[in-house]
Amino acid sequence: MPHTALFASPHAHAPVSIARSMRLVMLALLPATLLGLWQFGWPALLLFLGTLIAALLFEAIALVLAGKPVRSGLLDGSALLTGWLLALTLPPWAPWWIGVLGAFIAIIIGKQVFGGLGQNLFNPAMVARVALLVSFPLEMTQWVAPQPLFSAQTPGLFEAVGISLAGLAPHWDAMTGASILGELSMEVQRGGDLTAIGTGAFTNVEAMIGTIPGSLGETSALLLLLGGLFLIRKGVIGWVIPTAVLLGVLVPASLLHLLDATRFIAPQVHLMAGATLLTAFFIATDPVTSPVSRAGQVVFGAGIGLLIYLIRTFGAYPEGAAFAVLLMNAATPMIDHYLKPRIFGRDRRGQPLPVPEDALPGDAAGKQAGGSSR
Amino acid sequence: MQLFRIRGGVHPDDRKDLTAGRAIESLPMPRLLHIPLQQHIGAIANPLVQRRQQVAKGERIAHGQGAVSAPIHAPTSGRIAGLGLYPANHPSGLSVRTITLQPDGEDRWHESIAGVPDPFALAPAEVAQRVADAGVVGMGGATFPAAVKLSLAKRYRLTTLVINGSECEPYLTCDDQLMREEADAILDGMRIMAHALGVTRVIIGIEGNKPEAIAAMRQAIARLDQARFDGIEPEQPKPDQHGSGRTGSDWAEPNPKVAGRASLMQLEVATLPMRYPMGSEKHLVQTLTGRETPARGLTADIGVVVHNPGTAFAVHEALRFGRPLVSRVVTVTGGAVRSPRNLRVPIGTKVEDLVEYCGRFREEPQRLVAGGPMMGQPLQELRVPVMKGTNGILALTAAEVGSQTPAACIRCGSCVDACPCGLVPLTMAAQVRVGNLDAAASAGLMDCIGCGSCAYVCPAHLPLVQFFAHAKGELAARGRAKQKQSATKRLAEQRSARLEAQKRAKREAMARRKREAAAKQRAEEQAASQAEPARAAPVAEVD
Repeated sequence: MPHTALFASPHAHAPVSIARSMRLVMLALLPATLLGLWQFGWPALLLFLGTLIAALLFEAIALVLAGKPVRSGLLDGSALLTGWLLALTLPPWAPWWIGVLGAFIAIIIGKQVFGGLGQNLFNPAMVARVALLVSFPLEMTQWVAPQPLFSAQTPGLFEAVGISLAGLAPHWDAMTGASILGELSMEVQRGGDLTAIGTGAFTNVEAMIGTIPGSLGETSALLLLLGGLFLIRKGVIGWVIPTAVLLGVLVPASLLHLLDATRFIAPQVHLMAGATLLTAFFIATDPVTSPVSRAGQVVFGAGIGLLIYLIRTFGAYPEGAAFAVLLMNAATPMIDHYLKPRIFGRDRRGQPLPVPEDALPGDAAGKQAGGSSR
Repeated sequence: MQLFRIRGGVHPDDRKDLTAGRAIESLPMPRLLHIPLQQHIGAIANPLVQRRQQVAKGERIAHGQGAVSAPIHAPTSGRIAGLGLYPANHPSGLSVRTITLQPDGEDRWHESIAGVPDPFALAPAEVAQRVADAGVVGMGGATFPAAVKLSLAKRYRLTTLVINGSECEPYLTCDDQLMREEADAILDGMRIMAHALGVTRVIIGIEGNKPEAIAAMRQAIARLDQARFDGIEPEQPKPDQHGSGRTGSDWAEPNPKVAGRASLMQLEVATLPMRYPMGSEKHLVQTLTGRETPARGLTADIGVVVHNPGTAFAVHEALRFGRPLVSRVVTVTGGAVRSPRNLRVPIGTKVEDLVEYCGRFREEPQRLVAGGPMMGQPLQELRVPVMKGTNGILALTAAEVGSQTPAACIRCGSCVDACPCGLVPLTMAAQVRVGNLDAAASAGLMDCIGCGSCAYVCPAHLPLVQFFAHAKGELAARGRAKQKQSATKRLAEQRSARLEAQKRAKREAMARRKREAAAKQRAEEQAASQAEPARAAPVAEVD
């Protein structure tokens, strides 16, 4: 008989695994990613691949140093997904070393120094993005207008390698500019009237489809939304955090926009521009760095949404989603400590529920007094 | 009726199609029966028979000891082949005290076996006593002596009897099939139990994936209502030789007394949502009544007692026919079994005989399990016996088990969503892992019912139930050690106090003796000194 080892119940398992979750998340990201790669061309593809390969490489090095199994560590897909998410938040024509440095920060500093998968306090991709944004503000804020692959103006592979190695040559400058949120933010700072400039640089339809300047994979609201809904449907992520994040952005945005449309950006712009949807569905839902209870997830998600709005509107970084995520990541242990589910048969403080009066027999007083004998 | 929502739970693939609707077959009498003396929660039974003794079916061969225990009866007539140690139907595979019975093939009931004409005329305590004498235990797997639960009316104000027909464990269909085939008998057993408990409300909860069982129980209630309307009580079927097959659809002999009493009872069938662990006693009660049992308490605290349909059937057999619990229905199933079946099996039959009858394995099973896949226990070998609580034997293929090497916890919170008890399994597991059992306990470890929902959904395939079972066992052991330690300390203190007292007594005695001796000496000296002049005087006189 082969049945010599002891097995604990259950003897059945839901068809889930970490690798499966990671694969499904990448699948959900694929449409938005492909659109990004198509419309930002060869430089974006080089950056994307470079970031992913670097992430895997750093993960492998860390696993070897830590004496952990390398093969299974790489195959769970967590490092690949971290690299992928990081690449999607980078300016599409950023030089190669931005991606590689970002991967180093994400994998080594953001994740492995904490002890590897499941141990990190902060979302690794967001740690990298913030570190890059603060350290290299120029490279991290050059947004090119979409140049679909195989169109006339688009750089070829050879030129793309040049862009990737040497950064943007001056003659590409014509095509770069601020992102929508940056532009609108500057307009507000100049004291301009948002209703006057309208949505000249930006139509809702374009933003929905994603043919606007922006980070590599953040431009298409529609594709990210579909990917997110797919993940909720598959049970990979819950609906609570995304909903809370979106409401956290939309509620204050709507209120203030109603109050003064000339100074406050319309809620749908907040929703579709920048990293809102990517954050709501793919970043904030990172299991490792988000709270585990339903109530905690509501607080966490709403906090991220609100912070995104506050940073965008009143802070110095119009693309401030990463800061919002990191701030709430820091609050996660505290949220988990205070917002636990109520235990069955106990009240919120952990005391057993009282035995209802009507359930005790007539001579209950005596029994209850000595009831501990049960 | 209105149902209430419970927290958490999972939806495992129920795989009941393997055996659902398969009529219960009686297993041919095996060559030997190995009847363990510990088949129930509580004190081990004490053997009453000797080697080579002839016993009849239903004869008591071991009696229960203490308040929580159960007697054991001969599953068939035959000769006691031995009393000794035999591998237990337990994950440890260790040997336990077991009576081995060699059937004589006659399957002859003991002559004293006789039912009560009207169980409802008995006092509740007498019903409970008869159930206790019949060795009936919880047939859902928990094997808590049924009579103890039928005597709760003495200490609690009870309102409702709930029959737990949820059978939420995947694969198992023994309760389903029993309800389909023996609805009238189960209904009768339920009413007898309600009588013993003094309750008038009885709810049978059945998960929606068993529409035939629901219909069968509803029809049985309708038949009973019709009989009440006609002023008659359905006649109980005559006992047949093999004991379990009964029809129960024809009636005669009106018995208005019984019908009148029965009409006070409110019988309901509730269709439960399909969600594991719906069959967890406290969660079932919450679903049906909306009331939550206080932690560390019993459902009786909120006026409810829960029994399994198999137990109701056994109570019916015990009261109507006087038959003790000597056989049970076992679902033999799993992807590795060639032809899965529901079998009525004498207690003590080797699992091997069941597997043999089901055509052995179509492929080598990766895991053998006694019970359901969610809470069942792994079996080390096939020669272990079927016990009163064995509701299923599963031979599972690797694909069905779906086990993977555990990975790191990614804090996804799936376990938190799945936990029906509102616990945070990932935190408790982390605490257990580093040996901080007290922290795990204060996080609610002892409120864990071990249902396995958390481990079932864990994407990292962490053996969470293993962690918790280990921690509970370790804490219990520590508790015992602590108790022992404090008892030892108390005894040691008493001993040193005793020794001290002895020493003191000795010292005091010594001191007293010394004092007395000194006093005596003084007295003597005094006497001597008084005598001296007297003595001197004559000397003087002599002078």
